[in-house]
Amino acid sequence: MPLAQLFLELGAVVLALAFVGRAAGRLGITPIPLYLLAGIGLGAFMHLGDAPEEFIHIGAEIGAVLLLFALGLEYTSQELRDNLQANRQVGVLDLGLNFTPGLLAGFLLGFPPLAAVLLGGVTYLSSSGIASKILGDLGRLGNRETPVILAVCVLEDVAMAAYLPVVAALLIGGTLAAIGVNLLVALAAFAVAFFLALRYGYVLSGLVNAQSNEALLLSVFGLVLVVAGAADLLKVSAAIGAFLVGIALSGEVADRARHLIEPLRDLFAAVFFVFFGLQLNLGSVPGVLLPALLLTVITSATKFFTGWWGAAQAGVQTRGRYRAGTTLIPRGEFSILIAGLGLGLAPTLGPLAAVYVLLTAILGPVLARFDAQLAPLFDRRLREMRAG
Amino acid sequence: MVKLEETPLPGVGVRYDFDGRFGKRVGVITHRDGRREIFVSRRDDPDACAQSIVLSDEEAEAVADLLGGSTITRHVSKLTQDIEGLAMDWVNVPGTSPYAGHPLGDTMMRTRTGASIVAVMRDGQAIPAPGPEFPLLAGDTVVVVGTPGGVVRAAKLLSGED
Repeated sequence: MPLAQLFLELGAVVLALAFVGRAAGRLGITPIPLYLLAGIGLGAFMHLGDAPEEFIHIGAEIGAVLLLFALGLEYTSQELRDNLQANRQVGVLDLGLNFTPGLLAGFLLGFPPLAAVLLGGVTYLSSSGIASKILGDLGRLGNRETPVILAVCVLEDVAMAAYLPVVAALLIGGTLAAIGVNLLVALAAFAVAFFLALRYGYVLSGLVNAQSNEALLLSVFGLVLVVAGAADLLKVSAAIGAFLVGIALSGEVADRARHLIEPLRDLFAAVFFVFFGLQLNLGSVPGVLLPALLLTVITSATKFFTGWWGAAQAGVQTRGRYRAGTTLIPRGEFSILIAGLGLGLAPTLGPLAAVYVLLTAILGPVLARFDAQLAPLFDRRLREMRAG
Repeated sequence: MVKLEETPLPGVGVRYDFDGRFGKRVGVITHRDGRREIFVSRRDDPDACAQSIVLSDEEAEAVADLLGGSTITRHVSKLTQDIEGLAMDWVNVPGTSPYAGHPLGDTMMRTRTGASIVAVMRDGQAIPAPGPEFPLLAGDTVVVVGTPGGVVRAAKLLSGED
């Protein structure tokens, strides 16, 4: 009875996720780290049959694609353009301060160069999902520091859109010439697609726009998969193709598509995190604990400073600066996505990223809650520094 | 004048806020999905929301109405109080009205009721001071000014009850 087994096992996994998600809601934290833990537990204590495992694998791929598609949908091309112009400084600071620690740590750990670049990406990208959840849940959307937080997230997403195809091309490897060609093809395809998306996005929006929700959902989902597949054939990451489709869709279509795709994305994104946890070898976790802790401390400090500085530029006071800093600390979905690319390159990259994401995703929201208690300490320190 | 600041919130919507006269920052976030969020800043931390209220489309409309979306109506009702013995009313021209499709002059409004038609509202637009040749249509709303009794008579006249 392979079908019975498939349904029972998959159902059990999804129900476990539902339980974990509710627990996260109670605690007021995001479920992402808990999904990871669920995956790790699943891998360690249960053995899934081949069919469920296969489904989870494919589901995880779809999850990655949908995560990026939804990300692209979030932003209109106008917003991206305005943000690039207005927040260059904090964006550059963010990249410099938070990419470097990961890169250096990768070299110190003896990773191959490409794996070190991936680790840089892991520490660079704040989780826009977690950040927006903190902002929404704590009723902080109207705060003066909030635009800075959102701007940093947007710029990271844009940087990621350029970073991923490059890394994907490098990952294919081969001779230097072959890498060069791959890189060129990837960048050219990306540039053309990005240009078309910004320029002629409305044509696509018009084509996809259907009266019925059902037809719209199917057109959007189908289009995303086809473009992702084509991007994968061209050796540009499939997820990036989906991201570009998201950016190209605009206006009313984007609004409706966002609503329709949300449940699908939530489902498959959860599968994606579980799959990542599932792949982890529990035995390798103790070995990465210390580097992960160190990396958490260092990159939390650098992220904190990024947010602090950005908020200060916007004329925000100490408490707001503190909040901006702490909200950006959590890393999440995209760090996992990047680490997932390099699982074959360095065996410890996966566990390291998982533990790191767990730590930052818990630390950030906890610190963010105590702005009233902790921010005055910074105030006092600042005053002492000025006086001394 | 209130100095309103507009800040885009990428992925969320737009925030409008101003520093209120009584020491708090007040603002509204228009979410992209149509929700509205009203917030006020905290006194000890001017950058943070002390309280925010999320409203649906309809609720936002209701609150806007309560807060002064109805300034025109209020203004008019004050006017009637200010000038004793003068009334003003909006009168619908129903499809059954004997004057639908006829020029205004045919009603002989002023002679018969003592009230005057000062404006006609059609498709959400006001046509002020229409002349006697102005054709009245079913569905129009007519603004009538006169004595309270005259305005009532005018309404009866237009609806064909008279």
